[in-house]
Amino acid sequence: MSTILAVTDLNVSIGKDTLLNSISFEIQQGEIFALVGESGSGKSLTSLAIMRLLPDVISIRSGDITLHNRSLFVLPESHMQKIRGKQIAMIFQEPMSALNPVMTVGEQVAEVIKIHLGLKKDALRKKVIALFEEVALKNPQERYGWYPHQLSGGQKQRVMIAIALACEPDLLIADEPTTALDVTIQAQVLTLLKKIQNDRGLSILFITHDMAIVAQMADKIAVMYHGEIVEQAERKTFFTHPQHSYTKSLLKDAMIKIEKHTTDTKKDVLLEVKGLKVHFPIKKGLLQRTVGYVKAVDDVTFSIKKGKTLALVGESGSGKSTIGQAILSLIPVTHGSVKFENINLVELHDKALKVYRRKIQIVFQDPFSALNPRMNIGDIIREGMISLGVGPQTRVLQDEYIKTLLLKVELQADYITRYPHEFSGGQRQRIGIARALAVEPELIICDEPTSALDVSVRMQVLKLLKKLQKESAVSYLFITHDLSIVPVIADEVAVMKEGKIVEQGLVSDVMHKPQNAYTQKLLLSAPKLPNNENI
Amino acid sequence: MKIVLLWTDVMVWLLVVSLLLWAWTVSSSPQVRKLWHTVFKSSIAMASAIILLFYLLFALLDSVHFRLATPSNESQNKTLQYGGITSLLDVMFSHNMKNTERTYSAPFATHEYTKSIVIDEQGVTKQEYLPLEYVGKGDDITSKSIFAGFVGLAIVGVLIFMHILWRGRGGLKSELPWRTAYITLGVLIVTFTWLYLLSYHYHVLGTDKVGGDVLYQSLKSIRTGVLIGILTTLIMLPVAVILGVSAGLFGGWVDDGIQYLYTTLSSIPGVLLIAAGVLSMQVMMDNNPTWFETTLERSDLRLLFLIIILGVTSWTGLCRLLRAETLKISQIEFVTAAKAFGVGKMTIIRRHIIPNLMHIILISVVLDFSGLVLAEAVLSYVGVGVDPTMHSWGNMINQARLEMAREPMVWWSLFSAFVFMFILVLAANLFSDRIQRVLDPRNKS
Amino acid sequence: MLSYIIRRILYAVPILIGVNLITFLLFFMVNSPDDMARAQLGAKQVSPELIHSWKEARGYDKPLFINYESAGIQKATDTLFVQESLKLFSFDFGFSDANRDIGSDIKERMVPSLAIALPTFLIALITNISLALLLVLFRGSVLDTSMMILAVMIMSISGLFYIIAGQVLFSKIWHWVPISGYESGWDGIRFIILPVLIGVFAGIGAGVRWYRSIFLEQINQDYVRTARAKGLSELKVLFGHVLRNGMLPILTGVVVIIPSLFMGSLIMESFFGIPGLGSYTIDAIHAQDFAIVKAMVFLGSVLYIVGLILTDISYTLFDPRVKLS
Repeated sequence: MSTILAVTDLNVSIGKDTLLNSISFEIQQGEIFALVGESGSGKSLTSLAIMRLLPDVISIRSGDITLHNRSLFVLPESHMQKIRGKQIAMIFQEPMSALNPVMTVGEQVAEVIKIHLGLKKDALRKKVIALFEEVALKNPQERYGWYPHQLSGGQKQRVMIAIALACEPDLLIADEPTTALDVTIQAQVLTLLKKIQNDRGLSILFITHDMAIVAQMADKIAVMYHGEIVEQAERKTFFTHPQHSYTKSLLKDAMIKIEKHTTDTKKDVLLEVKGLKVHFPIKKGLLQRTVGYVKAVDDVTFSIKKGKTLALVGESGSGKSTIGQAILSLIPVTHGSVKFENINLVELHDKALKVYRRKIQIVFQDPFSALNPRMNIGDIIREGMISLGVGPQTRVLQDEYIKTLLLKVELQADYITRYPHEFSGGQRQRIGIARALAVEPELIICDEPTSALDVSVRMQVLKLLKKLQKESAVSYLFITHDLSIVPVIADEVAVMKEGKIVEQGLVSDVMHKPQNAYTQKLLLSAPKLPNNENI
Repeated sequence: MKIVLLWTDVMVWLLVVSLLLWAWTVSSSPQVRKLWHTVFKSSIAMASAIILLFYLLFALLDSVHFRLATPSNESQNKTLQYGGITSLLDVMFSHNMKNTERTYSAPFATHEYTKSIVIDEQGVTKQEYLPLEYVGKGDDITSKSIFAGFVGLAIVGVLIFMHILWRGRGGLKSELPWRTAYITLGVLIVTFTWLYLLSYHYHVLGTDKVGGDVLYQSLKSIRTGVLIGILTTLIMLPVAVILGVSAGLFGGWVDDGIQYLYTTLSSIPGVLLIAAGVLSMQVMMDNNPTWFETTLERSDLRLLFLIIILGVTSWTGLCRLLRAETLKISQIEFVTAAKAFGVGKMTIIRRHIIPNLMHIILISVVLDFSGLVLAEAVLSYVGVGVDPTMHSWGNMINQARLEMAREPMVWWSLFSAFVFMFILVLAANLFSDRIQRVLDPRNKS
Repeated sequence: MLSYIIRRILYAVPILIGVNLITFLLFFMVNSPDDMARAQLGAKQVSPELIHSWKEARGYDKPLFINYESAGIQKATDTLFVQESLKLFSFDFGFSDANRDIGSDIKERMVPSLAIALPTFLIALITNISLALLLVLFRGSVLDTSMMILAVMIMSISGLFYIIAGQVLFSKIWHWVPISGYESGWDGIRFIILPVLIGVFAGIGAGVRWYRSIFLEQINQDYVRTARAKGLSELKVLFGHVLRNGMLPILTGVVVIIPSLFMGSLIMESFFGIPGLGSYTIDAIHAQDFAIVKAMVFLGSVLYIVGLILTDISYTLFDPRVKLS
């Protein structure tokens, strides 16, 4: 086995700030080397440094990167161009934006072959189609002339892989290649990568934040934290004997135990959704007539009990977020009823609805867009209190109330005068929760509240939600695409597909004995950590 | 003395007051203060801002109009007699205003630019350069310049000293490029004092065809340029904001109607729409001679109408931008959160939409300013600009454009108009660049 | 596609009616037919009969919006507004105050206007885009920053200055080209060079800045990173990827003005004595000839709307993501 790539003592900085501190690792022929870390840890930066594609403002202070024992840093740019795409290839996180939108996918694959291998016309086309076949893209002949927007996310990532593999590189850098994809698609892409790696004896630098994927893919693992590699080990020793405390906590946060769940049949039903349909019209033609409907939510029935949590699980486009909006009466309901404490909200008008606005609140997915950047934290939380007349109504008393709320969501009371941009994603999510709590709701719709967060922060937020539920007996409708966190938070779970609920029941039942084929597929697709109990 | 408030004066001072009020209210927000601090951290922005303020000062000086009481012999008659309307700037330059020569003279010249036919005492007809009437003869220009330079430096010194004292209260350390500010201020004030003091002895920028002082004309033109630049935006803003936000937020037929309105308006070529407006206005003013008493009031009214017409024709671009941005913002989750709290639409507009549109509004105000100053010149050239009797760079260019064809060339009127305009527009452009860089969220990364 | 274009053309009708309404209001409400007659006929004391016959000759004797004397639909149609609009819609512009046929004048003057406007437009487009690409290639360098400063300076100077300075330098002092005038055919090229060059130069500051910002926005996109990771040289990245994507926002700004090129440039044509539509308009404004101004307003709007439709169509040709429906 020979060393393909060696990074030695790499130091990278922007201005006076150090971004990468003494990074060293080696990648051997035919191995998958995983670089794991949370956002901002410097893993993508490392990969760009290898490609010599760092932005101009970022400078390499010291260190060396060698490919086949030849330093990449001394090469002239023109020589480096011959290495990119030919010897080191790369795939990126966002397949949506990583492909040129105005070029056919065939052309984009052909381009890299043309410059490195000099193939022309028929031979070129043949090679592209062969590659499409290798990455299991259906109808490769026809797909050649398609544009990126005509392909799904998974298909686009396959095209990216085809581009990367086109010139038979020695090293493939995969930068979070599946993070933007649905679980089932992620499983397919990972299997494909593994297969190609086996077939070709390819070396892969696999960058990810997901411990479970690491467990499934990697031979060797390096953990990055604040621009440093804190631990490096073979897969086996890594998972059985993690050394560094940060690694241990990462693994612990990624680990989820399924507890036994019981339904409390005595508890009252808080929210009852019956036969809910939300259809959006499709308009076409000269007169913009409605020619059909997008059935975003199609005949959905479920209920939530007081102080309990129902998780709504589904892949993107399954209609789970639309249900949340419908319950909040933010979009018109086509058919069905949403009964809250036996009052059908669908039939209520704006004024009558206001009473229920305070009882149902929402926490959003994106902590950055959920808070108005022009308002301070105090005013953000105050808004609902004033509008719905909840809590004290004088400013001084409100400030006191808001401060206690901030403490409740484990923030500091003096944050009240600060602005959203001063906070991290996790802190903003807590502010969002405090805003919802301010009006003392009985039901909170959590729309993917943790999917934009790092693993460790995700766990903290989930624990906070759990704690709040214990304190105030609030119910949650927890919308998520991530099956792995369902056992932490939910009592019951409903699995959605294409606007319909395909299976629902107690979490322990559904997770252990899934009845529906789709649920089974979802569970199978989710990458898992090895021997859970040992750590 | 009797204060006279012209229509545009009222608007200018209203604007100044509201600007100060706005600055006072937003300065309480640490976010906004930080933003402006970042804007002024650039020395180019600082220098441009000082130049802009200098121009604004002249515009404001020229916007205080009054009539002076004329000394009357019949003192037993209690009613005071008033002279024509003048402004503070006119008072400062009253010597230039009165001392008109016969015809062209070059900057700092002592004699006329062209030969005139004279008959001397012997009755011989000769062609010679006649001496100018109001120019100090035989004086040394160097010593006057040195004196003027010292006066200028003294003024600058006092100003800077006062500012340093004032800054000293908060500790002298500052991230702002005050040195650049002082240098800019110094150059401006010294140059101006020099021009001003010498203007008592010379026509420093020459005289035009009928002997009018070019420096005085150029300075008087500042008000016209600045007013068109600022007041037009002021007229256009409320229309653009109200219509743009309503179209974006309410949708439906409101949106359709507003879109129809701005597509229709913007489909008419701008100059033609302005020309049509101005022509109609002219006819209207001709039919109603009772609206104004003096030519100054007439030209002021015409300026006001021009500003209104420019405002009415120029809101469409900003409106379209604001509509698109409002649509985008109203989809963002913090607006959804507000809706989930049952917050009313008006409150959502006030609290969530407008504050997040402020950067677009501000950028467009500063961007439009320089465009409007340049547009004034073109419109006046086309004949649909300000009143021909009003001082403006456009009118100066228009009247002087044939002078380049003369032999030898008479270049100073054009030159002065272009230079005065160039400095103002350049400062505005540089300043707006900086504002755009700081405020535009796309530049954050 | 076809149904889309038909729909767009149908949309254009209410807009043109709106345009007519605006010009109509400006010209007839403020300035009643009686005023116009008096102004045209000169003397202050004109007999009512004379005014009446003047109005009758031009069809200005009808009521503005509602004709109470007529019956049925005629109440609305037998009015000045509808009659005038109908004439415009059939591109019948009538006669100017100097009694010339406006329609044939316009046809005649379109060619000289195009002779200036089209080369200016094309050369400016190519120069600006090439310069912008050059600056993007050397972004952050001394060349880039100094050119950007130069660009701000260029756009801070009044366009009138370029014209006057250009005429003085090239015609008066150096005698390279005639100072003004126009001739058709290839000989006329010497009259065209200067206005075209000045037109290109005056717009270069704003143009280069705009295109540069478009390309810079593209260059930070993910697909550019992909292209670089493929091993493409910076030049190939620029021409193969950035330019192609940058063309889309450029199209929106550029295609819409192509039809309006027929209208010519007011300032250029009047300074250089070009007998095009621009100088036609400016003369009409100076002479306060409402009939011509009205015709030009209508023509300008029609051309603008054609430009909007062309923009949409060009999008379907260049952006695979856009499908007209």
